[in-house]
Amino acid sequence: MPERLLEIEDLRVEFKTRDGIAKVIDNLNISLQTGETLGIVGESGCGKSMTALSIMGLVPIPPGRIAGGRILLDGEDLLQASEPRMREVRGNEISMIFQEPMTSLNPVYSIGDQIAETARLHEGLSRADAMARALEMLRAVGIPAAERRINEYPHQMSGGMRQRVMIAMALACKPRVLIADEPTTALDVTVQAQIFDLLNDLKEKTGTAIIMITHDMGAIAEMAQRVVVMYAGHIIEQADVGQILTDPRHPYTQGLIRCVPHLTQTPSVERPPLLEIPGVVPALSQLGSGCSFAPRCQYADAKCRAEMPPSTAIDSGHDVACWLTEREAAA
Amino acid sequence: MSANDDILLDVANLKVYFQLPRKNFLAKASQVHAVDDVSFQVKRGTTLGIVGESGSGKTTTAMAVMRLTPVTEGAMRLGDTDLVALEGEALRQARGRMQIIFQDPYSSLNPRVRAGAIVREPMDLMNIGAPGERDARVAELFGKVGLRPEQQALFPHQFSGGQRQRVGVARALATQPELVVCDEPVSALDVAIQAQILNLLRALQQEFGLTYLFISHDLGVVQYMCDEIAVMYLGQIVEHADRIPLFTEPLHPYTWALLSAVPSADPVAREQADRIRLEGDPPSPIDLPPGCRFASRCPFAQALCVQETPPLRRIRAGHAVACHLVSDDGVPPQRQS
Repeated sequence: MPERLLEIEDLRVEFKTRDGIAKVIDNLNISLQTGETLGIVGESGCGKSMTALSIMGLVPIPPGRIAGGRILLDGEDLLQASEPRMREVRGNEISMIFQEPMTSLNPVYSIGDQIAETARLHEGLSRADAMARALEMLRAVGIPAAERRINEYPHQMSGGMRQRVMIAMALACKPRVLIADEPTTALDVTVQAQIFDLLNDLKEKTGTAIIMITHDMGAIAEMAQRVVVMYAGHIIEQADVGQILTDPRHPYTQGLIRCVPHLTQTPSVERPPLLEIPGVVPALSQLGSGCSFAPRCQYADAKCRAEMPPSTAIDSGHDVACWLTEREAAA
Repeated sequence: MSANDDILLDVANLKVYFQLPRKNFLAKASQVHAVDDVSFQVKRGTTLGIVGESGSGKTTTAMAVMRLTPVTEGAMRLGDTDLVALEGEALRQARGRMQIIFQDPYSSLNPRVRAGAIVREPMDLMNIGAPGERDARVAELFGKVGLRPEQQALFPHQFSGGQRQRVGVARALATQPELVVCDEPVSALDVAIQAQILNLLRALQQEFGLTYLFISHDLGVVQYMCDEIAVMYLGQIVEHADRIPLFTEPLHPYTWALLSAVPSADPVAREQADRIRLEGDPPSPIDLPPGCRFASRCPFAQALCVQETPPLRRIRAGHAVACHLVSDDGVPPQRQS
């Protein structure tokens, strides 16, 4: 039985808005094991990034509010942890790579200083030792001429290099959980492939568990072992990556996979129109009592609009929250 | 790709260089070779896709075609019109025949103007149709792009990203253009919304016989949208082929690398995939050395590659490649295992 490293139980996060309380995350349950990569997919506004911020203890309060639930790291509830304790956790046990490598580095410090800062704060290393660690990390993430690069500033580097620096910084204290929030959306495909190889490599060497947040099913296929699909703050489907890709059950998951023109080596001459998911993600304050996807779902009936479907296991490790699977089972 | 009357856009030996400021007054002036000797033709009613990494010159090429950036050298013809020679009022009038759909629907619409007025403005500027009929035409365009007529009264911030892009499409079509440049039209949109816009663009192309110059870095989207594809690397076209052969038998090593870098959602394809991983970033396009520009990152590069620039050669009908190592009958460089 692999060790359960991070466990999120019944997490609920609310935001106070002008239109009332918005349930940004509602009854979220996720567990992450050592050395595992978990993918979280969904459109913008589905609560993916908010999940990451909750784990890091970075939800802005107010207007946000953790309305309930537990986030257990090795049995310790991070939601109850004091702020000094959270500081120890952040960057040391759990660290995060942000979406925009252009804007998340400090332009006035050299990248060596920025990486060393983490090691000095968390491990109390001396300046020289911390710089040595920074150099080691830069080499580990494959930055050429690391001895020279360590004294350079963010503006002297390309996007791919900066993202490597971000990863080096996130890994400087050998965290047990790494949260990567759309780590490659700002990068070219060739650089994206390099970053993916790097993350997979590091995971194998250090056993760090990765939570990868993305909207790209291809990236999920490449990186993740388990996938959580989120819609409007809920998990609507959860399964192993193979099951999600070959046998998606929720209409939203099916839509996410089919609405994107995937690159194939055997393109057909015929190009039928792409499957569309009509409409957009609803505003969270407008959610009714029914399934949040019902207004965009072609299969929705009266029950879907009236009642939220519970998450049901249809296979070992494959949970779906959709009335459709129940109808199928009954038929 | 033979010369015939069907060709709407003919670009020959296009060069766009940008002068960099001198480091000091004695230093040699350096130039960015953003687009360096690019030639292509687009047939009426078809879509040419231009793909490449950032900095490959794909957007600069499109901007040069639109005459939105100075052209250093080369010839461009839109139908019978010489685009390079146009100046002043003639250029302004010609702009009605070519329109652009921008990448970011958030920053390409004036936030203080209502959607209906945004779509009407090109018609007023170009004096298209009788002024009294323009409102009816705006309503018609709104219908064509899938917006409701009453949405003309809204401001851009009241639309979602996908709807804003629809306003952008309607604006581009207002002057009844022949050529529409689509510069990454879906990359700023959510995945589920991309399909809506791509389907719309294809439907409009069929209805109005539009010709698209489609710029994208997303190869899946390009494979779906384009009839011909040109792959650019550091300001040059390295491979230009019809849609099917580019993906089934790519010839240039850079095209292989690009195709194999795309993460695939299909587990079978992923296992069969023959991977070429590129190291590092593309070299800087400033003061480039002679020879093939891809040579420094190419796993097959030989002495000849760093000495001589390979020309874009036609290998067979509908397939041209710029690589010394591809034989004349289309055998790509052999892989050493």
